[in-house]
Amino acid sequence: MDTLILSRIQFGANISFHILFPTITIALGWVLLFFKLRYNKTGDEGWMDAYRFWVKVFALSFAMGVVSGITMSFQFGTNWPGFMEKVGNIAGPLLAYEIMTAFFLEAVFLGIMLFGFSRVPGWLHTTATCLVAIGTTMSTFWIIVLNSWMHTPAGFEMRDGVAHATDWAAIVFNPSMPYRFTHMMLASGLTVAFLIAGLSAYRRLRGDFDRSVKYALRTGVVMAALLIPVQILVGDLHGLNTLEHQPQKVAAMEGNWETRGNVPLVLFALPNEKERRNDYEISIPNGASLILKHSAEGVVPGLNDFIAEDGTRMHPPVAPVFWGFRVMVGTGMAMLALSWFAAFFMWRRGSDAFNKPILYSFLAMSFSGWLATLAGWYTTEIGRQPWLVQGVMTTAEAVADVPAGMVLSTLIAYLTVYALLIAAYVGVLFHLAAKASRGESLQPMTPSSGAAGPALVPAE
Amino acid sequence: MNLFGDPAIWLPLAFAALMGTSILIYVVLDGFDLGVGVLSPLAQDHQRDRMIASIGPFWDANETWLVLATGLLLVAFPMAHGAILTALYLPVAIMLIGLILRGVAFEFRAKARVKRKHLWDRAFFAGSLMTSLSQGFMLGLYIVGLEWTWPNILFASITAVCLTAGYAFIGAAWLIIKTENKLQAKAVRWAQLGLFGIIGGLIAVSAASPLVSPRIFDKWFTFPEVFFLAPLPIMSIALVAMLFIALKHLPDEADRWRHVPFICATALFALAFAGLAYSFYPYVVPEKITLYEAASAPESLFIILIGTMFVLPTILAYTALSYIVFRGKAQDLRYD
Ligand code: HDD
Ligand code: HEM
Ligand code: HEM
Repeated sequence: MDTLILSRIQFGANISFHILFPTITIALGWVLLFFKLRYNKTGDEGWMDAYRFWVKVFALSFAMGVVSGITMSFQFGTNWPGFMEKVGNIAGPLLAYEIMTAFFLEAVFLGIMLFGFSRVPGWLHTTATCLVAIGTTMSTFWIIVLNSWMHTPAGFEMRDGVAHATDWAAIVFNPSMPYRFTHMMLASGLTVAFLIAGLSAYRRLRGDFDRSVKYALRTGVVMAALLIPVQILVGDLHGLNTLEHQPQKVAAMEGNWETRGNVPLVLFALPNEKERRNDYEISIPNGASLILKHSAEGVVPGLNDFIAEDGTRMHPPVAPVFWGFRVMVGTGMAMLALSWFAAFFMWRRGSDAFNKPILYSFLAMSFSGWLATLAGWYTTEIGRQPWLVQGVMTTAEAVADVPAGMVLSTLIAYLTVYALLIAAYVGVLFHLAAKASRGESLQPMTPSSGAAGPALVPAE
Repeated sequence: MNLFGDPAIWLPLAFAALMGTSILIYVVLDGFDLGVGVLSPLAQDHQRDRMIASIGPFWDANETWLVLATGLLLVAFPMAHGAILTALYLPVAIMLIGLILRGVAFEFRAKARVKRKHLWDRAFFAGSLMTSLSQGFMLGLYIVGLEWTWPNILFASITAVCLTAGYAFIGAAWLIIKTENKLQAKAVRWAQLGLFGIIGGLIAVSAASPLVSPRIFDKWFTFPEVFFLAPLPIMSIALVAMLFIALKHLPDEADRWRHVPFICATALFALAFAGLAYSFYPYVVPEKITLYEAASAPESLFIILIGTMFVLPTILAYTALSYIVFRGKAQDLRYD
């Protein structure tokens, strides 16, 4: 394997690992603020207990997000030096603003949020929680701006082969940014909703009927039921936007080879790139034309339009995009079914009446948000290939000339560490839940980043 | 934009200064918490908990200075960023894995099953050590011009050990501030040992850089410069002497001198850093690429600079807030 493909695998592995944790922290920050505000308002310890449990999940996820994020920021230099050399004038300021406005904000106030409850006045603790949530959201905003710009570049001109910014408003509000940002924020909300519902269901199944579990479970179910229809709507609009700017990507997502009208919606198929057709196709007639063009005759672009004169392929590899898209949408549909059923059930009979099948379903869906998010990103990113910045530079132009052996060795090292850490992370979440439902007080084991020994010395 | 003359001249310089400042802040701040990690196996279990509690609220923000420093290198000098990081590919990867291990070990050691705690303690130590060693190695290799030859690797290995000792030193100085009784006495002893590492490092770097580069030799050892520069080594020697004396008298009765080693160490780091900066100016990649050649377009630098002028003071202010909230001796960290 050559350096290019290894570097791509390495970048993909690193960012996939990274994104798992921001996806949780972005929305969990807001949920924690909600718990805290409910507690401030009602004085009900149940909300504070929910806060105490979930703040631990937050702390752990945040640590994982930070360390893997640091890896990301070095990757540009170690593996993709060409990227910054060519589009650094645009990517640079965006990354700089992310670091300055978001990373410091969250990192500094996280300390107060986690360990400051008894050290600072209540309002400052609530403010710190709020600032951390704002920080993660701003971080999402800036990085999504950059990522969207790579898909739909705007507001720049090329001088001597280097991109120069001409209009910052156009760069920041590039055509796909609003869709991508909304879709990602909702994805994060859904991931957290299902994680909260899943872990709470696990505690329920272990016979834990604590008030905090009930509050968390209800929050998770309601949040999921409210967000999923919005996500589906936004996803549809996102797809229409992509059709306008990256038709080759939509063609790959739909598995459509020829530009034509009456394109069916393919439910299942094995895209066959050699023969340039789908094998074993099952489809709904006119479906894709209806969704994308709102008429059965609507003409939808096909993959065969994206073959250059000399036969080079200028569209992405079809199968991963096609399948990534189906996994995401499929998960979304499963989320819709479960959350609406459960919400309806809760409305009629209350959440205490949840039976085993419902609880087990939530448990099984605990990490469904991760699945859909990764599938979505794979669709998006692989769908951009062979471009790195759509129409401006290809991935191959950006790669470093580091020996392949070196990339391979670091890749193996990263993969090993990541596999161990994911296992530890998931294990510890369930361990924390089990421990909490055994009624073991959360206090003595709270010294998160800190001491487990008895407090020998009073404050100050 | 032309207020201060040609922006193609002063903007790169301003960014070099910003980047230098954030590297220095990083080395001091993450230096102390990496140092605490390197020292952690030397303590008993309950002492280790206390040591880790002393850095718990700070380490994350400390590491962010590294993100800012590389971020500035990335955005202001993209050419240099690529050249430096591809040359340092392996040590960077080792550092990153080290940072991953120690960052998550913090959280896991307190949340995982009790019988796994020692495993995470070991990961915390190993991660801190990997990070310190690889940063020292990168510093050494950078000084000798980023060429992978055996003599250079040898030199870089020496700076790796010295920087690690330096971090252990400043970590011990931090513990002197944040702890008391037995642990504090231990920290004083660690600091005394670490001091030798710092001295070794200063001598190695001061001797090697003029030797490997005639240009640096000329910058330091020609007339009148010698005189202007003389305060640098003289002040460093004075600081080292002060540290020796201070550490002899610590821990003191009223705990009044506990801040002295940390402040002296910070001053020493700053002097050493100023010396390095002087040697390398105007190069960002030693002897290959200058600041001015590597810089991004002025328009892009300008838009970052405007933001920086507002954001940096804010960052410093709320960083100060968090050090004030968590001032005093370290206590057990609790979420309530
Ligand atoms: C700022 C830019 C940026 C951002 C925010 C993302 N990516 Fe990306 N992605 C890239 C910039 C990039 C890239 C530098 O452009 C890569 C590297 C190699 C490549 O082909 O494009 C890439 C490739 C890439 C690949 C490999 C595709 C291939 O080589 O065929 C995957 C799987 C992902 N990314 C996944 C993600 C995920 C899960 C993200 C969610 C956070 C994500 N990307 C955000
Ligand atoms: C290639 C792209 C990316 C790079 C270079 C990158 C870099 C980083 C870095 C360096 C950190 C750690 C900051 C700290 O020290 O606190 C971080 C954290 C974070 N990143 Fe990324 N990131 C990337 C992609 C993304 C994407 C796509 C998102 C969101 C959709 C995202 C959201 C976040 C958030 C919310 C944090 C805060 C820490 C946390 O919540 O765990 N990042 N990122
Ligand atoms: C069920 C209906 C959904 C539709 C129609 C839909 C549509 C889309 C489309 C078209 C894209 C690719 C956009 C592009 O790159 O041009 C996308 C990307 C993505 N999807 Fe979805 N999606 C749906 C559900 C979900 C769910 C449930 C999640 C996660 C919980 C999710 C998470 C993502 C993510 C993270 C991306 C990549 C980031 C982005 O491009 O915005 N999607 N989605």
